[in-house]
Amino acid sequence: MRTHARPWWQRALLTREMLTFLILVVAWVVAASVVRGFDGPLTITYLVLDVAPVLLIALPMTLIIATGEIDLSVASVVGLSSVTFGLLYQAGLGLGVAVLASVLLGAVCGAVNGALVAYAGLPSLAVTIGSLALYRGLAVGLLGTTAVTGFPETWTDGATANLGESPYPVITLGLLLLVAVFAVLLHATPFGRNVLDIGRSSEAARFSGVDVKRTLLILFVLSGAVSALAGVYYTLRYGSARGDNATGLELQVVAAVLLGGVSIFGGRGAIHGVVAGVLLIGVLGSALRLEGVTVNVINIVIGTALVVSVVAPRIAGGLRVRRRSVAAPDGGSAAPPHEPPRFAAGAHGDPGGGSAVGQRTQGDER
Amino acid sequence: MSLLRRREAGIALALLVVIGVTTVVQPGFLLSAGGWRDLLLTPAILVVLAVGQAVVVITRNVDLSVGSVLGLTAYLTGRLFLTAPDLPILVVALVAIAAGAVLGLVNGAIVAFARVPALVITLGTLYVYRGITLTWAGSDRINAGDMPRTFLGLGTRQVLGIPVLTIVAVIVLAAVAYYLHTSRGGRQLYAIGSDPDAAALQGLPVRRRLLGAFALCGALAGLAGVLFAARYGTVSSGAGTGMELQVVGAVVVGGVAIFGGSGTVAGAALGAMLLLTINRALPVVGIPDFWQRAVVGALIIGAIALDRVLATRRSRRLAAARDTGPSDREEATA
Repeated sequence: MRTHARPWWQRALLTREMLTFLILVVAWVVAASVVRGFDGPLTITYLVLDVAPVLLIALPMTLIIATGEIDLSVASVVGLSSVTFGLLYQAGLGLGVAVLASVLLGAVCGAVNGALVAYAGLPSLAVTIGSLALYRGLAVGLLGTTAVTGFPETWTDGATANLGESPYPVITLGLLLLVAVFAVLLHATPFGRNVLDIGRSSEAARFSGVDVKRTLLILFVLSGAVSALAGVYYTLRYGSARGDNATGLELQVVAAVLLGGVSIFGGRGAIHGVVAGVLLIGVLGSALRLEGVTVNVINIVIGTALVVSVVAPRIAGGLRVRRRSVAAPDGGSAAPPHEPPRFAAGAHGDPGGGSAVGQRTQGDER
Repeated sequence: MSLLRRREAGIALALLVVIGVTTVVQPGFLLSAGGWRDLLLTPAILVVLAVGQAVVVITRNVDLSVGSVLGLTAYLTGRLFLTAPDLPILVVALVAIAAGAVLGLVNGAIVAFARVPALVITLGTLYVYRGITLTWAGSDRINAGDMPRTFLGLGTRQVLGIPVLTIVAVIVLAAVAYYLHTSRGGRQLYAIGSDPDAAALQGLPVRRRLLGAFALCGALAGLAGVLFAARYGTVSSGAGTGMELQVVGAVVVGGVAIFGGSGTVAGAALGAMLLLTINRALPVVGIPDFWQRAVVGALIIGAIALDRVLATRRSRRLAAARDTGPSDREEATA
């Protein structure tokens, strides 16, 4: 049996994810007591409907960022699947077939990203900036400035209907199911362990038998498929399929994931933190909107929260490191003489070396 | 490396092919006064942004906030003209550039001192800077009538057949290229981007250089804001929205590796020209402009793939040279 320095409840509660969760609860309580109308039933309904696309896409994005990669093309896949869905409906196909075909197309989009990143060894940041333009271009090219509207009411009502008399929309069930699936995938399967291992060191993961390339490919395919599903939802929710649907959503998703405590370097992250991050942005948004504050202040709040969420732990961590190095003045940072520093090798021309987002500045290895 | 085999030569060639083919289809694309002007004028703003971005990317960082900085400084430019009409144009421009530098410095300070990834920080400041502009401007917009004639004239005037904005962009490009290529600080930026840890161990002033790179990028985004106001005459709070991805795309197409440590600002400038020229060429050769972004995306992915192939070949050649090297030396001593 393993022994730990801290009891289990401290390990579960004193985490980065719980901090986001705590801020979410505080934000909710403050909003409910200060903002008029926030505790009404409609708030919950619209909150769920509004955060649904971000929450959906954030789930696979969590896994991708946990490997140290990134997928910026997600919002463009939303647009492309929205357009495909609309065109297939226009062609007279049924709901099931149209959804399935759109999601498949999303999976193909993801597979293209994944193949370029995993098998061609290209940096994911650059690849997905390219496919962001490519997929959006296809979406806009297919429909131009026109839109497909007039979906059957049974379809559009399904996207916004409530569960009986409760304030929760029907889609809550689907969201909960997918959150559970991804939580199990990341935290309770060998696949999820591999994902985090790749994030810590893709090299070490490869040597210990993890099929890094296949894992990355699967993650990008998942990201494409789930983004396409979000595209179908987006189309039905607003009753309109347009090429420019969800433009810029990728930045919101990345912001929510990082707020949820996932490290941009990979190697750490948890689904419950990300759910809290997504809801936090949603709650701040709806509370500020109810207060009559416009979208600009919400932007400032999200941006500041993002910066603080990354900088604050570094400052705390930096203080801790400094205190430790005072205790041990020769603390391991300098390489022994006559030996080349090991971590200086393999920055370039090595497909496996370095994460695509690799914006590492000095001292990140600590 | 010979001039023809350089990465920049490839982009320049692609640019020439695009211009050539389009001119054959419609001679007016190049061979008319308006065509020549648009060819040079359209990319000027993106070139200035791409030069600044390239400097940051060379240090293995990225600045996603440039679109928001452009929006803020463009609006600032208009506001200054509106509230203080007597201010000389040069002073207004300098204030806007300084404001951009300060915004860039904020990015750089957080990245360099808190040692956090630039991607996250500048994604955050992208929202913050845009939010500040939105709050400040509201639904107001600066109109052409609010700015002096001479200033707006800069956006369209030409000297010896070359638009003024293009001349500004070329001067910026030349100055930054000269700095990166010859000065100690410029070379250190490449060293930092190649291997930040090694650079720190060597005693390079990593923090100072990162601060400088981000400040320069911000200042150039500020300058781009001034150029934007002069070129378009109207500035709303949404100016420059989404431009960050276009800029990063231009830099990547221009052969600046996203891992840092390699690439030139000239390449980035050519990349910016190529992207925007293709955008203008597509409708001329009969492709509806709805497809522009798809072509640009394919181009970005193609350029990264090409870079990978070239890098693999180079590292194989270097490895071969390393393997044969020591044995040669042994023979020499024996």
